[in-house]
Amino acid sequence: MLRLFKKSLKTGIVTTSYPQQPDFPAEGFRGLPTWSQERCQRCGNCAEVCPVGGIVLKRGAQDYSYWSLDPKSCLFCGYCAEDCPCGAITLSTEFELAESAQSAGRIDESAANITRIFGRSVHIRHLDAGSCNGCDWEMTTLTGPVYDVQRLGFDFVASPRHADVLMVTGPVTRNLEIAALKTYKAVPAPKLVVAVGSCACSGGICGKSYTSAGGVNHILPVDVYVPGCPPRPQALIQGLLKAVGRRNE
Amino acid sequence: MTKEYAVSNKLAKFQQYIDHHGNRQVQVTESNPDEIHLAIPKEEIAELGAKLCHELGFELIQLLGSDERQIQGQFALYYVFAQYQEGYVAVLKTEVAEGEPSFPSLTPRVPSAHWYEREIRDLFGLEPKGHPEIRRLAVHKDWPKGLFPLRKDFRLQTEVPRSDGKFTFSRVEGEGVMQIPVGPIHAGIIEPGHFRFSVVGENVLNLEARFFYTHRGMEKIAEGKTPRQGVLVAERMCGACSFAHSSAYCLAIEKLSGTVISKRAEFIRTIGLELERLYNHIGDVGNICAGLGFAFGTMYGARLKEELQHLNETVFGSRFLRGINAPGGVRRDISDQNRELILGTLAWVEREFRELTEILLTTESYLDRVQGTGILRYKIACDLHAVGPAARAAGIARDTRRDLPHLAYGSLNFEVPVYTEGDVLARVKVRIDETFQSIGIVRQALDLMPPGKLLLPLEEMTPYGHAVGITESARGENVHFVMVGGDGKIFRHMVRSASYCNWPVVPSTIPGNIVPDFPLINKSFELCYSCLDR
Repeated sequence: MLRLFKKSLKTGIVTTSYPQQPDFPAEGFRGLPTWSQERCQRCGNCAEVCPVGGIVLKRGAQDYSYWSLDPKSCLFCGYCAEDCPCGAITLSTEFELAESAQSAGRIDESAANITRIFGRSVHIRHLDAGSCNGCDWEMTTLTGPVYDVQRLGFDFVASPRHADVLMVTGPVTRNLEIAALKTYKAVPAPKLVVAVGSCACSGGICGKSYTSAGGVNHILPVDVYVPGCPPRPQALIQGLLKAVGRRNE
Repeated sequence: MTKEYAVSNKLAKFQQYIDHHGNRQVQVTESNPDEIHLAIPKEEIAELGAKLCHELGFELIQLLGSDERQIQGQFALYYVFAQYQEGYVAVLKTEVAEGEPSFPSLTPRVPSAHWYEREIRDLFGLEPKGHPEIRRLAVHKDWPKGLFPLRKDFRLQTEVPRSDGKFTFSRVEGEGVMQIPVGPIHAGIIEPGHFRFSVVGENVLNLEARFFYTHRGMEKIAEGKTPRQGVLVAERMCGACSFAHSSAYCLAIEKLSGTVISKRAEFIRTIGLELERLYNHIGDVGNICAGLGFAFGTMYGARLKEELQHLNETVFGSRFLRGINAPGGVRRDISDQNRELILGTLAWVEREFRELTEILLTTESYLDRVQGTGILRYKIACDLHAVGPAARAAGIARDTRRDLPHLAYGSLNFEVPVYTEGDVLARVKVRIDETFQSIGIVRQALDLMPPGKLLLPLEEMTPYGHAVGITESARGENVHFVMVGGDGKIFRHMVRSASYCNWPVVPSTIPGNIVPDFPLINKSFELCYSCLDR
């Protein structure tokens, strides 16, 4: 027992200072692809090679709207940049990509209201709706000593009845659809749904199929999307803060 | 000895086996460097399969269906047997006519065929005649009869209605026997599955598990993808084994196209596989502590795991080692600076992890819970072809890195730890020993890694050729079968992960233990649901 105490004291604090201090991934990290209008020769390779069809081109258009990519669908594979003959696409290190749903109408959207409801005591229930477990592992990491989301007022709970937020991973498979709906129903209102990872945000690699709903928003009302395949733990923290209206922290 | 000579030698020996046992209809059709391909009539398969397994030292490591009606008017089944002593696999192909959609079950004689055959029944509509248990496996009770998603005439986007259906769990009857249903949604950050315990008080009499909740149709999704796009599917079979999956897939594609990747690429892949094993093993040794409420160990493991995943991100750009593998080699190099970073981090991790293991293995309250808990019997492990640390903790001395050498493993020194107790502690000890071996492998590989091209173009692939790629993931032997079509795109991709083999043995380790030990035992196997369900 003494040895445990000694070791714990010696190890000291290992917790990150994110989000108070920003975090920058190392060079070579595959973040959101960016497009340079000047360099682009409009060949369309990028849209063709994109495994999820996430890149949309407006043929013939010369303005800045020619190229667009939905971060929610991106797998961050880098094929678009690799196949671009003129270096117009580069992978940035941007990873804080959480976005609010367009139609978030369940709770008054004003950040002040959401913050008033949830304050700094937010309980999260994880709902695996068919993920590859990548997102799940990153969520587990949040409860570890390095990211320690309890310090920010978040905690994971065992029952949906104790939860304020559902964090959903996976595209919602056929065999989990009923369980997902039941879990959502069991969460007392007011409640928030955060879709985590490209499968949950858009179907990702799974898309829509005989066994996949093609994203959580087809089954449950989503409030915040956290893109990434999987998102970094910091991106999950950013998404959570955004969901409860604490985006300035 | 040249490779060709080695192969022809194996072929001759294999032919001898077959001839000796009177199976004259067996034909040797073609071969990859460490694969023997044979075609055989379906009536022969049960007998020959049993013979290979019981007399000739083979093990069934994969069995899959394939809808080849558009090529040859028939379905095909592929049986993959491994000969670990001699380091090669034999792929037996048999055809099943559409008009007579059944095949003799191998399960009564080779029990490890049990799930494959049920899966083929669900996904292809081919009936394993004589299978002792024909309940549904891969599709659930509300899946309509007569629809088979892996048949080619079933479109990926088909909307399938829910139908009425029943699934009966096996019941234990008797006074005071209760059933506890758990899942599919569990009380933690865990993947979904359903467990049905039959208990008397705290004591478990029987456990039945139901899976395939996370079935995402990944094998169907892979079909029609280019080999390069296919990597993205392969590495998303499972998060924690991403690199083992993408490596096995790439090995299969490279075999198919006869592409020999550079030595440097081989070494980088080897290092990637070991880095993946390291963050898994160390994370698991820590996480097993969560199964017994020993927060110190859990947090300790999480801290080291985070350091290793951070290393992955710094060196390779992905915490889960995604986007590194490509058919023909790798997309990322290891710079001198990163080489030093890896060595430095590993030296620190090794020191810290050694301290953790010393603490764990001398803490009475920890040992009390893990010793003698959840014993996997050697016989069951053999019969159901258990793999990885679970098998090595139950006395099976098998590691594909040594027994089916691939990548750079042939030129590296490492030991394969084996324990015979089969309990949680043995599984922890195997992981502890393997962690130190892995660190040694990475050091050697960084030392020996020669310069070379990272990525080579693929050679042309024979239409409808097939090959098997095998790696050892943190959870054990991981087998990918890939067949390409006439257009050079994936025609069939079947993934048999380590979890596929180990899930069926987990329920056997529970009876005789108490319910609160289940999370602990389950964690000690640390299996994925997603790479089983796909």
